[in-house]
Amino acid sequence: MLDTIKAKLAALSPENISEPVYKEKGFVLDVQVAPEGVVAAAETLSAEGFFLEAITGVDWIDDNQLEAVYDYNHMASFCRVVVRTRCDRATPEVPTISEVYPGADWHERETHDFFGIKFLGHPNLEPLLLPEDADFHPLLKDFKP
Amino acid sequence: MNGLTQLTDETFVLNLGPQHPATHGVLRVKLVMDGEWIVKAEPVLGYIHRMHEKMGENRTFAQFMPNTGRMDYLGALFYNHGYCCAVERAAGIEVPERAEWIRVITAELNRISSHLLWFGAFVLDLGGFTPLLYAFDDREIILDLLESVTGSRLTYCYFRFGGVYNDIDDSFIEGTRAFIKRMRGRMPMYHDLVTGNIIMRKRLEGIGPISQEMVRRYGATGPVARGSGINFDVRRHEPYSVYPELDFKVPVYHECDSMARYMVRMDEIEESMRIVEQGLDRLPEGPVMAAKAPKIIKPAKGDYYHAVEAARGSFGVRIVSDGTNTPYRLKLRSPTFSNLSLFGEACEGMLLADALALMGSLDLVIPEIDR
Repeated sequence: MLDTIKAKLAALSPENISEPVYKEKGFVLDVQVAPEGVVAAAETLSAEGFFLEAITGVDWIDDNQLEAVYDYNHMASFCRVVVRTRCDRATPEVPTISEVYPGADWHERETHDFFGIKFLGHPNLEPLLLPEDADFHPLLKDFKP
Repeated sequence: MNGLTQLTDETFVLNLGPQHPATHGVLRVKLVMDGEWIVKAEPVLGYIHRMHEKMGENRTFAQFMPNTGRMDYLGALFYNHGYCCAVERAAGIEVPERAEWIRVITAELNRISSHLLWFGAFVLDLGGFTPLLYAFDDREIILDLLESVTGSRLTYCYFRFGGVYNDIDDSFIEGTRAFIKRMRGRMPMYHDLVTGNIIMRKRLEGIGPISQEMVRRYGATGPVARGSGINFDVRRHEPYSVYPELDFKVPVYHECDSMARYMVRMDEIEESMRIVEQGLDRLPEGPVMAAKAPKIIKPAKGDYYHAVEAARGSFGVRIVSDGTNTPYRLKLRSPTFSNLSLFGEACEGMLLADALALMGSLDLVIPEIDR
């Protein structure tokens, strides 16, 4: 499973692809793509039968970047693949993968709530966990309550 | 009215919750109804959102420990376990063998108590009041047992990085053996009283189908996936702690309906009892805390992931460390968040009463979804 998916993801010419040691990290493949590449990566993983565990963000304020992290896993044999992408903090825009994985809908809404990452093409990017009129993003490192 | 586009003269909007007995907490569902039939359903979350992930960023690793018991309040030890394992992986802490066994014994007792509460509440949703009282009677014994070692009855904070807080004693072992003996006698009664009940079977069989493909697309795990014929259990899939040494089956049912999810959980109670028994038989002597466990945890830079099988599915913790004693980012992947996300698609075209049976079979714990 790992070799197959590694070859297919490598064919998408990611920015970086590495195989961490599972015992140390808890995942077996780490793929960094450009924001435009997340949909192609999701389609590739979906075609191989992977499911989406979660989407989240990380605020790298020192680099002036926001990172979106996608955790995939396979139900037949263990293979946790992490796909990550970085975007500019001023214009945090990443295409949505909710067309590929309907389950991504809520995860993307949650990530938008917490980090303000705009998932382009998302059908309903309204606050999910925050109040419906929330205009703040609490997990940004410069958030002041 | 966002997303509710199919309004016609024939349809109306019904608000289910946020304080409805069948939603077990503060979940609200916006329903577009055509008579008794659901045209569209949209769960509305966030009523009990507390931003645990932000709290994780402004306190040390150890200080976050009590928070883990306050998300899935019915299966707090799994959250203890997942978080501890993730931190131990990040900081490279070894856990003594006796502590690993104690973790598994207490966590599986917690699984039984969680499933017992679900069992009672689920049958209550379907209109049967009595089984709830029987289930609480049994669950009470587990709460007493766990209280004697952990100090709390519900929101446990029992595991520590490198072991557990307190050793188990002979009275706990005796009490647990007595409980399993009693529970073995109770299970046939539950099956007679509830599982074989024709009214209940008519409410569940063939109701609320969730296909394997839907499970995959929404990332549902736990009994929801196993009720759809997918043999996915983190304890076997990605073994941790001493689970590889244990002999237990992963119950899988292929019917994909609410009854299948019910059967999975009932079988899991039996399997958890087997695990607890094996644990008590094989419990080694030794310390329950690693002697070298550091007081101040400073994992190396990088990210770390650890998943455990909670009572409701795969619970994952992602720690992003910047080398200091507080997490730079702490992501908590809760199983019911994904399990509930398929509800909208699954209940389209269903009768409202059947949708409530489907919702009950998902085993929702709202504080875990909202975090």
